[in-house]
Amino acid sequence: MPDAGKRSKFEIVAREDFSDVTYLLEVYHPLMAKAAHPGQFVIVMSHEHGERIPLTIADFDRAKGTITLVIQAVGKSTREMQQNCQVGTALHGVAGPMGIPSEISHARKTAFVGGGLGVAPVYPQARAAKEAGAYVIGILGFRNKGLMFWDDKFRRCCDELIVCTDDGSAGVMGPVTKGIRVAIDGHPDIDEFVAIGPPVMMKACAEATRPNGIRTVVSLNPIMVDGTGMCGGCRVKVGGQIRFACVDGPDFDGHQVDFDDLMSRLKRFKQEEHAALERWSENCRMRGVVTAGASSASGRDAADAADDLAASFDPYEEAKGG
Amino acid sequence: MAKKKTIRTIPQKRAPIREQAPAERVRNFSEVSCGFRVDDALHEAERCLLCPDPACVAGCPVSIDIPGFIQKISAKDFRGAYDVITDTNLLPAVCGRVCPQETQCEGVCPVGETLEPVAIGRLERFIGDQGIQEGWTSIPYIEPNGFRIGIVGSGPAGMACAADMTKAGCEVTVYEAFHLPGGVLRYGIPDFRLPNDVIDAEIENLRRLGVRFECNTLVGRLFTIEQMIEELGFDAVFVGTGAGYPSFLGVPGDSLNGVLSANELLTRCNLMRAKDAGYDTPIPLGRRIAVIGSGNTAMDAMRVCLRLGADKVHCIYRRTRAECPARAEEVHHAEEEGVEFHWLTNPVEVLGDDKDNVRALRCIRMELGEPDESGRRRPLPVAGSEFEFEADLVVVAIGTNANPIIGQTSKLKLNRRGYIETDANLATSMAGVFAGGDIVTGAATVIEAMGAGRTAARSMKAWLGIRDTDRVYETGRAGGDGKRFGIDVRERNYARVRIA
Repeated sequence: MPDAGKRSKFEIVAREDFSDVTYLLEVYHPLMAKAAHPGQFVIVMSHEHGERIPLTIADFDRAKGTITLVIQAVGKSTREMQQNCQVGTALHGVAGPMGIPSEISHARKTAFVGGGLGVAPVYPQARAAKEAGAYVIGILGFRNKGLMFWDDKFRRCCDELIVCTDDGSAGVMGPVTKGIRVAIDGHPDIDEFVAIGPPVMMKACAEATRPNGIRTVVSLNPIMVDGTGMCGGCRVKVGGQIRFACVDGPDFDGHQVDFDDLMSRLKRFKQEEHAALERWSENCRMRGVVTAGASSASGRDAADAADDLAASFDPYEEAKGG
Repeated sequence: MAKKKTIRTIPQKRAPIREQAPAERVRNFSEVSCGFRVDDALHEAERCLLCPDPACVAGCPVSIDIPGFIQKISAKDFRGAYDVITDTNLLPAVCGRVCPQETQCEGVCPVGETLEPVAIGRLERFIGDQGIQEGWTSIPYIEPNGFRIGIVGSGPAGMACAADMTKAGCEVTVYEAFHLPGGVLRYGIPDFRLPNDVIDAEIENLRRLGVRFECNTLVGRLFTIEQMIEELGFDAVFVGTGAGYPSFLGVPGDSLNGVLSANELLTRCNLMRAKDAGYDTPIPLGRRIAVIGSGNTAMDAMRVCLRLGADKVHCIYRRTRAECPARAEEVHHAEEEGVEFHWLTNPVEVLGDDKDNVRALRCIRMELGEPDESGRRRPLPVAGSEFEFEADLVVVAIGTNANPIIGQTSKLKLNRRGYIETDANLATSMAGVFAGGDIVTGAATVIEAMGAGRTAARSMKAWLGIRDTDRVYETGRAGGDGKRFGIDVRERNYARVRIA
């Protein structure tokens, strides 16, 4: 049963900040590390009064007994976690691993597409495919070179790696769909694509592969409460049918998914989210809390940054992982 | 024994119950019913005829010795009454509040043939509340037998099974996927029907009894039922995971923003405390709300919506009031609070605005045709009777299907509807694994689930070769002569019970 050793339950044993808004947490949970498979997710509560937020398991280490989460600070909860989740602290709750594990297909040649934060959850799948003996092509998309992460990890498990950046500061300039074209042109025999990232990116990927009829698996991360099939908040339309991403997914056939429906449903709590973020930022300002963001080159304080986010950023635009 | 009471000699009227006035209570989440005071309880206890062959006990899914505890109330021995109830039911404060007594114990009470039946539920709640207030627990002497029992799901079925197995001397661990134990009591039933501190108190009692609760544990995914037996060293497992998986309307507009399941609404409100300041979980609010369905869950959802500040709440049900599956009391409360019922009405489409938010519901009038397989007259649409009404939130409470996780992750045999298949003793297709509650029967009541938990516990004990000590544990405090039903407790339970 859960290790009663020196580590406390759900303790954060390592943290890495990829950028002002993206961070990695390695959480001690030996049972979860043992049970986790690529493609699964956890529901995290950072504190007793917190929300239950779904986060894809970006990696797991069975020997160390840890799972890795990569999080983008976009809403109140994820920004608060960015501030509070330091090594040695513990999360209030971590439940999972949820969802049906990704099928490690017998495809001989598979391309793994990760956009932004989606790079993290696609990694264990790429690694598993490599271990299963497939020819693995990695296609990673970032806004710019500064936001790039885990390209080294991918290099180790990919036979070929294509990096795309919006501004061309690294690799190919353009969206990941450009990378997909490059991959298909170079390898007309790709059996399968796996694409994880913001819904709009997964939609574009599905459209990019549709003409070639190449199977394209996407991993959906809609708004959830329980993650166990009980609330139906995460329902998505796949092939005209209602499916629950938490227990029927999160992987679905990208050519069947109604992405417009998904993107619309991701905006369900937009107003409430903005209000919560504003309240929280205000609270931070009152308490004079300075977040990691404050040390950024821009020199502005975190509360201002959060205000900007509240005003401009759609928390679900890049919902994957946050 | 005192002179035999008759229907003529008992108090003719029920003790009055104090309730928050409807206009007042729709603005808060405090309990509607304030419960009996001591005088009320004594008055009501006098109304029991103490039948020698009590129908109420037979009508109770867990066979509480109802005349036994009422007699103790009459004797002002509330602690004794508590011990009698907790003999068979560890959760009196919960069951006194949420059981459908009118179709169970009170429904068969002979007093009810001429007068209003004895208010058994309210008496049970009275004793349960006394227990919480006074910090009572009925902890018997338990002789450990070395067996380890794993229970999947901390709802009413799991709790009942856990209590019985712990009392029998087993080491019991209850696994819960949520961060707090209680199952449907926690996420489903709102505070104004079942306050959270009542659940906390009853769970604390189980903990004191020796039950271990492990939250944040999704059995099936974190480890499987097979692993529980083969690797984690459990001698037997009980699966009481509940139904879950809500149905949606299957009409156009079903996935618009503002259409959600009653489960989601209730979970956000009850478990995640979205209604309370300082909690992060958002909850969708509406001004004009349509709730589809008219079971107890629908009633809860409607009354939650009113308390969250809705201007108007409509109940849409395709049959008539006569077929409405909710408890009469719940319908009555909802009506008092201003819910508008639209019987014989069925939604055909949810209409959205340009931002994919719900703006209206299109419905059709229904009429009743021939009886269907459920014995109820089948509702049929009336051609050309479609109409629209404005709504900004649509809450769907039309039932649930079997949760797929256990099926996905174990070899347990399921029926064609996805529920776990069991025999009459609630044994599943896997040796040592028992199941009960909604995951076997489909959605039912709290007390039926508890009854199933107890049945499974009996089977488990038989399977493990533990001598069944079903109706036991007189601690000596109550009785004096140590006798129950004329049987010496020591004699029946010499192996495990020590008279204190």
